[in-house]
Amino acid sequence: MKYLTEFRNGEIAQRMAREIAAVTTRPWKIMEVCGGQTHSIIKNGIDQMLPTGIEMIHGPGCPVCVTPLELIDKALAIAAQPGVIFCSFGDMLRVPGTEGDLFQVKGAGGDVRVVYSPLDAVDLAVKNPDKEVVFFGVGFETTAPANAMSVHVARRRGLKNFSLLVSHVLVPPAIAAILESPGNKVQGFLLAGHVCSVMGYREYPSLAEKYHIPLVVTGFEPLDLLDGIRRCVIQLEAGRHEVENAYERIVTFYGNQAAQKLLAEVFEVTDRAWRGIGVIPKSGWRLSEAYRAFDAEERFQITGIHTEESPLCRAGDVLRGAIKPAECAAFGKECTPRHPLGATMVSSEGACAAYYNYGRFLSAEELAGAGIGLTGGPNV
Amino acid sequence: MSDDLKTGVPDFSGWSCPLPLVGYPAIVMGHGGGGKLGNELVEHLFLPAFRNPELENLGDAAVLDLGGGRLAMSTDSFVVQPLFFPGGSIGELAVNGTVNDLAVSGAEPKFLSASFILEEGFPLAQLAAIVEAMAQAAATAGVKIVTGDTKVVERGHGDGCYINTAGVGLLRPGISVSPLHAMPGDAILVSGTIGDHGMAIMSVREGLEFESQIRSDCAALNGMIAEVLAAAGPAVHTMRDPTRGGLASTLNEIALASGVGIEIDEPSLPVRPEVQSACELLGLDPVYVANEGKAVFFVAPEAADIILAILRAHPLGKDAARIGRVTAEHKRMLVARTAMGANRVIPIQIGEQLPRIC
Repeated sequence: MKYLTEFRNGEIAQRMAREIAAVTTRPWKIMEVCGGQTHSIIKNGIDQMLPTGIEMIHGPGCPVCVTPLELIDKALAIAAQPGVIFCSFGDMLRVPGTEGDLFQVKGAGGDVRVVYSPLDAVDLAVKNPDKEVVFFGVGFETTAPANAMSVHVARRRGLKNFSLLVSHVLVPPAIAAILESPGNKVQGFLLAGHVCSVMGYREYPSLAEKYHIPLVVTGFEPLDLLDGIRRCVIQLEAGRHEVENAYERIVTFYGNQAAQKLLAEVFEVTDRAWRGIGVIPKSGWRLSEAYRAFDAEERFQITGIHTEESPLCRAGDVLRGAIKPAECAAFGKECTPRHPLGATMVSSEGACAAYYNYGRFLSAEELAGAGIGLTGGPNV
Repeated sequence: MSDDLKTGVPDFSGWSCPLPLVGYPAIVMGHGGGGKLGNELVEHLFLPAFRNPELENLGDAAVLDLGGGRLAMSTDSFVVQPLFFPGGSIGELAVNGTVNDLAVSGAEPKFLSASFILEEGFPLAQLAAIVEAMAQAAATAGVKIVTGDTKVVERGHGDGCYINTAGVGLLRPGISVSPLHAMPGDAILVSGTIGDHGMAIMSVREGLEFESQIRSDCAALNGMIAEVLAAAGPAVHTMRDPTRGGLASTLNEIALASGVGIEIDEPSLPVRPEVQSACELLGLDPVYVANEGKAVFFVAPEAADIILAILRAHPLGKDAARIGRVTAEHKRMLVARTAMGANRVIPIQIGEQLPRIC
């Protein structure tokens, strides 16, 4: 646990929280982009340690949450086909499509498997030459290199029975979309540390300059998060808008260049629909021309998908930071992790599930009644 | 797929709960994961169908009053894969699982049954190794396997070897432990490190092999529990063995059954560093990971130190720790005090714990 326990020290955390309180003179709204950060903030109770007025807004960086419903429905349709081995990361299995989820496809006889690496899916394709093996390649820049490697290896090995159902999304266009959305409240960002470990942070100075907004590359442990918040608040209080790296033990300015080279070869930039948000131009990756033969959407030609979102679900407003989960009328009532109406209630990284699971002792009614979430309140 | 699901939706109108299992008209793996889905099956299907006072206690074992004495009875099925894992096999699990269910009910385990469902083609040498492991585990626990059954299913219809065991034990006079008896003020003790069994299984599961020194904690707890009950029996209100679904599921079940709130101090939870590391790597939380040789005790606070000392003096309890308390606040909920000094709710899982994407 070296390099983890050191960043979970409660005493140092309390000291950092006091430092943040000491430099804060007025309210600030800061968005953590990444769902992993949301998870850690709520799990550790970082939000309860912040001074009144510092409000954390939970961003759209949960791959499970933003994968479009249409693609989930395609996944369900492909996974249900005989002769298909459908592979996915674990937490995609419970994301509701228009009808059912991958667990139910599995229960009905579909060959759905949880794998821990896309390369395991490639191995399955080698071992099962009479089956079509499909990997559900979702996520941000973080998961992209391993997904790219899977098709790269599949092509090198001449595999004809492996394909990728891709819905990759990118952080910088999402930040720009949030900042340009009407009624935006976000004044500073904690950038997703893992995304930056792959991509570096050279994409961000232009955003900081254009929108006059501080951006701090931030890790995931409690002390990482508090340091990111502290640096962001200091910038906001000083009226500065720079890109800072608070996750230096992992992230460099240029990132992982070997991974970037592979990504450039395998993927090309495309417009992407984000569940609950809509289409953001040039906000995702699809397989490049050279790898198009490995695209599951091309291979399976699923048509006749009619998607239907719950009319009650306000996941889109949550993902944009426009409302807190508890401000949605369905939160904790029609919509719970047991009966999720939207993906934000499914993934452990989803803002609604994080609130429901870790903040529930204040009760949904209390939260909604107060018109606030757990964050930004007085120290508990 | 969607047509099957539509036609497969049963009529839930006669069910007792206004929020029945509408989301899942067919069994999914989560129904066996020790979380909310499994609880719903018990609550909405098995309990209404079989309703009787002995069942409604929902303890690890049923308590049966036969006039002459009180008997505890329990049963469990074992479908673990792989069949052999670091620290044990399905054989030890099948014996110790039922022994422990009886022991945490306050009973002295006496007799077990063993039923085998074997798949055509299963190597006899493996079956012999499993049976040998069962015999040794029974001898260690001081119980006899007195009846059994064997069925064989066609190749492809089973997973090598499934085992069911049932057991009976004698309840000690003057001892009354139950998931219903936790009360505000109780101290909560756990007999050792959590998550060892689940991560030992994970480390050798197909597609996920990782090098580790983690071994299953599979063990019979009746000897250790007997020492606790002999020294401080009346002070023990509730005992459970936190198996499938881990410590969090067990504590949530007790909070619900007793109608109390439970607080745990997260930094006080005993977790082996290698288990913690493996959990970090896979995005799992050790509080939800299975144990097969641990017990949780809810005890009167004044007896907590004595019982902790007894546990620590026993080879199976040397890492025992006091991890929390029962409160009249936040009833029916499990709340953890984090290392940061903040609070978080630890909820009941929906189904299986799912590894996160990133």
